[in-house]
Amino acid sequence: MADIEIKDIIKKENLVYSKSKILTDNEMHYCPGCSHGTSHKLVAEVIEEMGIQEKTIGISPVGCSVLAYNYLDIDWQQAAHGRAPALATAAKRLMPDHFVFTYQGDGDLASIGTAEILHACNRGENITVIFVNNAIYGMTGGQMAPTTLIGMPTATSPYGREAALHGFPLKITELIAQLPGVAYVTRQSVHTPAAARKAKKAIRKGFENQEKKIGTSFIEIVSTCSSGWKLSPVASNQWMEEHMFKFYPLGDLKDAERDNEADYKKYIE
Amino acid sequence: MAKVRGAIVVDIEKCKGCGVCVTACPTNVIQLAKQVNGKGYNYAYMENPEACTGCANCALVCPDTVIEVYRVKV
Repeated sequence: MADIEIKDIIKKENLVYSKSKILTDNEMHYCPGCSHGTSHKLVAEVIEEMGIQEKTIGISPVGCSVLAYNYLDIDWQQAAHGRAPALATAAKRLMPDHFVFTYQGDGDLASIGTAEILHACNRGENITVIFVNNAIYGMTGGQMAPTTLIGMPTATSPYGREAALHGFPLKITELIAQLPGVAYVTRQSVHTPAAARKAKKAIRKGFENQEKKIGTSFIEIVSTCSSGWKLSPVASNQWMEEHMFKFYPLGDLKDAERDNEADYKKYIE
Repeated sequence: MAKVRGAIVVDIEKCKGCGVCVTACPTNVIQLAKQVNGKGYNYAYMENPEACTGCANCALVCPDTVIEVYRVKV
């Protein structure tokens, strides 16, 4: 078999994967190995594949992903801390033919924005929520978040989180799965190619649910914060597999379409 | 049996050297370079290009999407 030169492989017609057109050429400000970059990419790929760039509105939070509008070439609004679901409600109700999603971290969604997310989900707003949970406040320097695991050291709990002093980690995704207005709740991760593909499918399903008008879709992405956790990107992924997945197991928590819940139908009608 | 050959092109100046692609590669093609780019990161490169199958796993997990993947049947 005749061997082939690298320069013969690298030709336009052989291209199988390149950056999504929705992603801008701006260099991301995220730390090396940050899950935000991968999550942004998956959202961009879903938007590109569905061909909905012109009618997608993203609501960015306060946190590391506050600058998401620099990276995805769609319409964006920036919400006050934790208030992205309220803003998404307004955008979706005013423009029901648009696809509206919020992109929030755990410090935004599970702490200051708990009321907004619970009520938006309880009202069953036709929005998609992408919740990036890295169990820490990344942007402000690695402080303890509501989702921080027991025993996990952070800047504000240097000896590890103690249940007696700091309370228990909040499983907000499980809380939201109980609400009848919610159509789809899932927990994914983006640390391996297989996990990233599953997460992309989940995000796509979340966007498609908006077309079907069947309620809120909530996609948690368990992610890493290598700067906050003081580990290398690869070590953070391992740490996440060993510790985070025990407390935050991956998989679908609710799929109303599949489960065909009686109470869900009743609420929709 | 049809053999598949692949190749990747890394945008060196945008690579942050996180090494996630190195662990994602099933055929151990990618390594981090000893040299650094303009930002001081050890960028990813093809250490073992013959083994690349163009599966695009590295590009999928790359947080900064700096990898382009090419694949050809030989």
